[in-house]
Amino acid sequence: MKSAIYTQSLSKNYGEIKAVDGIDLAVPTGIIFGFLGKNGAGKTTTIRLLAGLAKPSAGEGWVDGESILDGKNLAHKIGYLPEEPAFYGWMTPIEYLDYVGSLFRIPTDERKDRIDKLLNRLGLTKPAKRRIGGFSRGMRQRLGLAQALINKPSVLLLDEPASALDPSGRKEVLDMIVSLRGTHTVFMSTHILADAERVCDRIAIIDRGKILIEAAQPELKSDFSIPVFEIESAPEDQEIFSSWISQLVSEPWVEDVQLTGTVGRVKVTDSDIANQTILPMMVAAGFRLNRYEVVRPSLEDIFLRLVEKEESK
Amino acid sequence: MIFFSSLRKELMELVRTSKLIIMLAVMVAFGLASPLMARYTPEILSLIPETAILAEIIPEPTLLDAISQFMENTYQFGFILGILLTMGSFVKEKDLGTASMILVKPISRSTFILAKFLALAISFLVSIIIASLGAYYYSTILFAPPELTAWILMTLVLWLLILVYVALTLAFSTLSGSQALGAGVSFGMMLVFSLLGFLPSLKPFSPTYLMTWAGNQFLNSTLRAGNAVNGWPSLLVSLGIITVSLIISSITLKNQEF
Repeated sequence: MKSAIYTQSLSKNYGEIKAVDGIDLAVPTGIIFGFLGKNGAGKTTTIRLLAGLAKPSAGEGWVDGESILDGKNLAHKIGYLPEEPAFYGWMTPIEYLDYVGSLFRIPTDERKDRIDKLLNRLGLTKPAKRRIGGFSRGMRQRLGLAQALINKPSVLLLDEPASALDPSGRKEVLDMIVSLRGTHTVFMSTHILADAERVCDRIAIIDRGKILIEAAQPELKSDFSIPVFEIESAPEDQEIFSSWISQLVSEPWVEDVQLTGTVGRVKVTDSDIANQTILPMMVAAGFRLNRYEVVRPSLEDIFLRLVEKEESK
Repeated sequence: MIFFSSLRKELMELVRTSKLIIMLAVMVAFGLASPLMARYTPEILSLIPETAILAEIIPEPTLLDAISQFMENTYQFGFILGILLTMGSFVKEKDLGTASMILVKPISRSTFILAKFLALAISFLVSIIIASLGAYYYSTILFAPPELTAWILMTLVLWLLILVYVALTLAFSTLSGSQALGAGVSFGMMLVFSLLGFLPSLKPFSPTYLMTWAGNQFLNSTLRAGNAVNGWPSLLVSLGIITVSLIISSITLKNQEF
C-alpha cells in the first residue's frame, strides 16, 4: 500500500536535546493515524517537521510523495491544524477562509462554493459573519479544521485536535475526523488515549523522541494482550476471597494480583494455563462468585507499559 | 494573486485594527497644525503677559517657517509611528501563531514580509499626502503658495525617510524576534543618522540629509538663496537601506522555524 507519510531516520535536535530521534514512519493512505505520547514526547515537533515549519537535523520525510523540505509543493498536499489555532481576530470566518483559499489560487467562484460547504459541514454558517475574536475554543477548532480542508489536502496534520475541548466539543471534532476516513489521511497527535482508541486505525507511541511501537490498533491490542482476569466475589465471602486471591501470587503463571474490596485483578503470564486453572481453583476455594471476566488491555495499559518500560531503561 | 491577497489582508488589518486611522489622525493633525503654529505662535505669545517679550523678538513668520515646522513635525511623528506600527507586525504574528498557520500555505516568506512592508508604505503615503495637502492649503492661505514641485519633492522625501525606519524596524524585529529590540535598534539608527549630520564628509550620505535637500529646494525657489545641495547620495543610501533591510527580513524569515 502507498504511504501517505513516509519518514526515514527523521531527527530534530535542539542543542543537546533530541526532540525527535530517528523516526521511521510509513502511514498508509486514507487512514486515521494516531500519534501518541506524553507532553514533551516529540509529537508537536514531528508534526512541525512534516508540515515544513521546522527543518530536520537529520533524515528525510515525504508527505504524499513531496519532500518535507520542498515547502511550496508540500503546502498543496497538506492541511495543518496546530494545537491552539490562532486567527486574525478582526476577520470573520468567511474572510479568513477566503484569504487562505486565495493563497492556494483557488478561483473566486470555486472558493466561495468551498467556503459555503465547509462552513455548513463544520456548523459555522451562523457565525460566519462574526469576528473570530469572539469565538469559543470549540468554534476556533472547527474553523481550524475548515482552513485545513480548504485546499482539499490529501494529508491532514492535526496536533492535539481535541485535547483542549470540553466533552461535547471533543465529540464534534472527533466525529468530524472520523468522517474524513477514506478521503483523507489523518495524522493526529494526542495524549488523550481514549480519543485515539476511539478514532484511530493505526497507532504509534512516541516517547523521548523515539517511536516505541507502531501498529494497527487491533494488532497492538492482541500483541500486548496479557489478559487480566477480573473476579468479583459476593460481599459475604470477601474474607475467603481475599485469602484465596492473595495466595495466587505464588503461582508461576501469575504476574501480579491486585485486590480492591471484593474485586480482584489477576494479571497472568500464560493465559492458556490461567484459563484452565482459575475456575477449578475458585470452585475449590468455595466462595460465591458475582462476576468473572477476562479483560483485554486498554490502549492506556499498553501505553503505560511501554512508556514505563522505556523510562526504566 | 498571492501577493495581492496578502497585501489586501495587510491593508484590511491596518484599517480594522484602527492603525490607519491613528496614522492619519496624527499625521494630518500635525500637518495642519504646522502652518497654523508658524503663523500664530508670535500672536499667542504676545497675548500671554509672561511671554509677551518673546513675541517682540521673534521675527515675522514666513512661509519657510511653516515649511520647516511641517517637515520637522512630520519627520518626528512619522518616525515614531513608523517604529511603533512596524515593530509588532511580524513578531506578534509569530508569537501568537497566526504566522505559522499562514506560512504552511503556498505563500513564500518573502511575499509574506514584503506585503507587510508595502501595506505600511501605502498607508504612510496616503497619510502623508493628506497631511501634506492640508499643510499646503493652510500655508497658501496664511502665507503664500509654496512652490509645487519642491512641495511634492518634500512630501516624497518625508515618506521615504519614514520608510527607512519602517524597513529597519521590520528587519531588526524579524532578526531578533523581539519587538523591543527591533524598535530599539531603529531608534539607535535614528541617533546615528543625526550624528552623521555633524560630520561634514559623511553628512551627505545620511538619510536625514534628504530633508536638507528638500528644504533647499524651497530656499532656491522662494529666496533664490539656497546652497548647492546634492541629495542624490542620501537618496541612494536611503533606498539602499530599505532594500537591504527587506532582503535581510526575507532571508531571516526563510531560515526561521515556527
